Amino acid sequence: MSANAQTLERLTEGGYEFGFVTDVEQETVPPGLSEDVVRLISAKKQDPEWLLEWRLTAYRYWLTLKEPQWASIQHPPIDYQAISYYAAPKSKGDGPKSLDEIDPEILKTYAKLGIPLAEQEILAGVAVDAVFDSVSVATSFKGKLAEKGIIFCSFSEAVREHPELVRQYLGSVVPYRDNYFAALNSAVFSDGSFCFIPKGVRCPMELSTYFRINASNTGQFERTLIVAEEGAYVSYLEGCTAPMRDENQLHAAVVELVALDDATIKYSTVQNWYPGDAQGKGGIYNFVTKRGLCKGRNSKISWTQVETGSAITWKYPSCILRGDNSVGEFYSVALTRDYQQADTGTKMIHIGKNTRSTIISKGISAGHGQNAYRGLVKILPTAENARNYSQCDSMLMGDQCGAHTFPYIEVRNPTAQVEHEASTSKIGEDQIFYCNQRGISTEDAVSLIVNGFCKEVFKELPMEFAVEAQKLIELKLEGSVG
Amino acid sequence: MLEIKNLHVSVEDREILNGIDLVIRSGEVHAIMGPNGSGKSTLANVIAGRQGYEVTAGEILFQGKNLLVMDPEDRAREGLFLAFQYPVEIPGVNNLYFLKAAVNAVRKHRGEPELDAMEFWDMIHRRMELVKMDESMLKRPVNEGFSGGEKKRNEIFQMAVLEPRFAVLDETDSGLDIDALKVVADGVNALRGAERGFLVITHYQRLLDYIVPDHVHVLVNGRIVRSGDKHLALELEAQGYALYNTEPGRARRASA
Repeated sequence: MSANAQTLERLTEGGYEFGFVTDVEQETVPPGLSEDVVRLISAKKQDPEWLLEWRLTAYRYWLTLKEPQWASIQHPPIDYQAISYYAAPKSKGDGPKSLDEIDPEILKTYAKLGIPLAEQEILAGVAVDAVFDSVSVATSFKGKLAEKGIIFCSFSEAVREHPELVRQYLGSVVPYRDNYFAALNSAVFSDGSFCFIPKGVRCPMELSTYFRINASNTGQFERTLIVAEEGAYVSYLEGCTAPMRDENQLHAAVVELVALDDATIKYSTVQNWYPGDAQGKGGIYNFVTKRGLCKGRNSKISWTQVETGSAITWKYPSCILRGDNSVGEFYSVALTRDYQQADTGTKMIHIGKNTRSTIISKGISAGHGQNAYRGLVKILPTAENARNYSQCDSMLMGDQCGAHTFPYIEVRNPTAQVEHEASTSKIGEDQIFYCNQRGISTEDAVSLIVNGFCKEVFKELPMEFAVEAQKLIELKLEGSVG
Repeated sequence: MLEIKNLHVSVEDREILNGIDLVIRSGEVHAIMGPNGSGKSTLANVIAGRQGYEVTAGEILFQGKNLLVMDPEDRAREGLFLAFQYPVEIPGVNNLYFLKAAVNAVRKHRGEPELDAMEFWDMIHRRMELVKMDESMLKRPVNEGFSGGEKKRNEIFQMAVLEPRFAVLDETDSGLDIDALKVVADGVNALRGAERGFLVITHYQRLLDYIVPDHVHVLVNGRIVRSGDKHLALELEAQGYALYNTEPGRARRASA
């Protein structure tokens, strides 16, 4: 058995112990994937019949697929039969009792990021009482949103309360046939988030704090669906700068965004899953499918991501620009250090007339980190006057790391304008010395230079998030130069 | 203030400086002139602490402290400033933000409280006039897209803001037209004072018409072959460096 399968086994072996016990607090499905497991998950989630059928079709399709091999990443084979595909939230007794039981390294990081103590407990998985302040904060948020007709809830709740909406949009942007991991997710997803902004409504707050609290217990196969109706606006923040306690090694999430006429969706991610140790042992495999459909005229979808965690990151948040004059944006910072690998980028599919897209990708590699930008710009014959601007910059720290750029450009309309710029630089000794000579320490110089390098992406993040992201990058780079 | 004793420096086993002795007192401006390849910039870099230079003998004392054991940032915090011959670009980093980081690093070292945004802005404004700095230059990334003249002016501006005890100007005049040269010189002259020393490194005498030195030294083949007052610079202008035969091994005779 490969080392990886053993790890997965170790992480999931608790399942054998409990089997199919009915105690809601502790149920875990034993490792392995079959139609029965899909049916079981569906039953646990109390899915309607159509959703069960959808899962089963996805599962059967998944069986015909092979894991993709084209990405610039290496890992031992994943044993999909060694994974447990459903685990209800852990009972309070299983988690650490207090922060005293948490790895001091993680606590140090929380402190440096300025995460409030109460929130630290949640992130670290400490069992907290339900009366905890933030929960009521979350509830009051929900009330405020409901007044405007905004639906923001867990995916399970949406399936129960708003089945017609879920059915209408689920799989409409990322069909189960899309790729290996999307098919897997479609079969076994257990929860996620659902967000619906009705016609003409501007969501009055960044959908962040609530989610951050909420996110600590989402599973490894989460599914997010955001729909913005005509003229609606929403800014959605996913993830957290703090490292999360997580026992799942394989993550395969799906995110679908739909923007109707004149709607705007801004989706920001800071990903800081466990990256494995300095020798490259352990760490999350993050295989995510994110895609937005600019369905209506003048719609806009903007992805901003800061990827610093995970042993492997495989994600390509994309935009299908179907509506005329629609706009797609992708701003990305991906940082790999130690033995982390990232293969990330975007696809901009121009279908409508006068569609525009912008791609700004910043890759930073340190240690033995490998960082690849992979992107597709596709201009279909219908996309009159489509425009794209792509800029891919890579920064290398040290001589053991790597940066790779794989831009694919397909233009099938002669009126299109496509620009691609790429650069690779090594963090300069000259730059560091210049800072040193002004009194700035090497460590501060590195974060100054790297933050300058990432500035175009950070400025797309909501203010608070940007500050956190900047601090996070600084933390991640500690000790990587000099 | 700065005392260099028998300094020998090699780069990749090749000796560049072979026995420099130089004493610069508070309030003095010294100029070092010399042909290309004589070791002028090496001297500047060794004083500032750039990597890649091996000091094989000798020492440098700065305000009585052994400079050569200090990290470059500590030298800067102690009040040593180098105006770079080729100022470095730092894309995406706002000039003002960079300066604030520098000022506060120095203040912290001195045990002074960090300046807040308002105090810093006040201080900056007063210094800007000194070098006729345009406000827009502050908001641009450090040296990125600056013309040669703007880069040098930015160096002098940083010097004015950081108020060092001792400043080394490494060929600050190179690539400047006469107007820019005057602006730079005015900035330096405004900062001259009893508490501050300068080492002005230049290839040409022209800069010294505007920054009038107290002492002039001629550096050839890694040695100071002659020292004098400001008239020496004029003499060099007239006669060139040919007098001090620049062939290795013959410099010694010329200096005798």
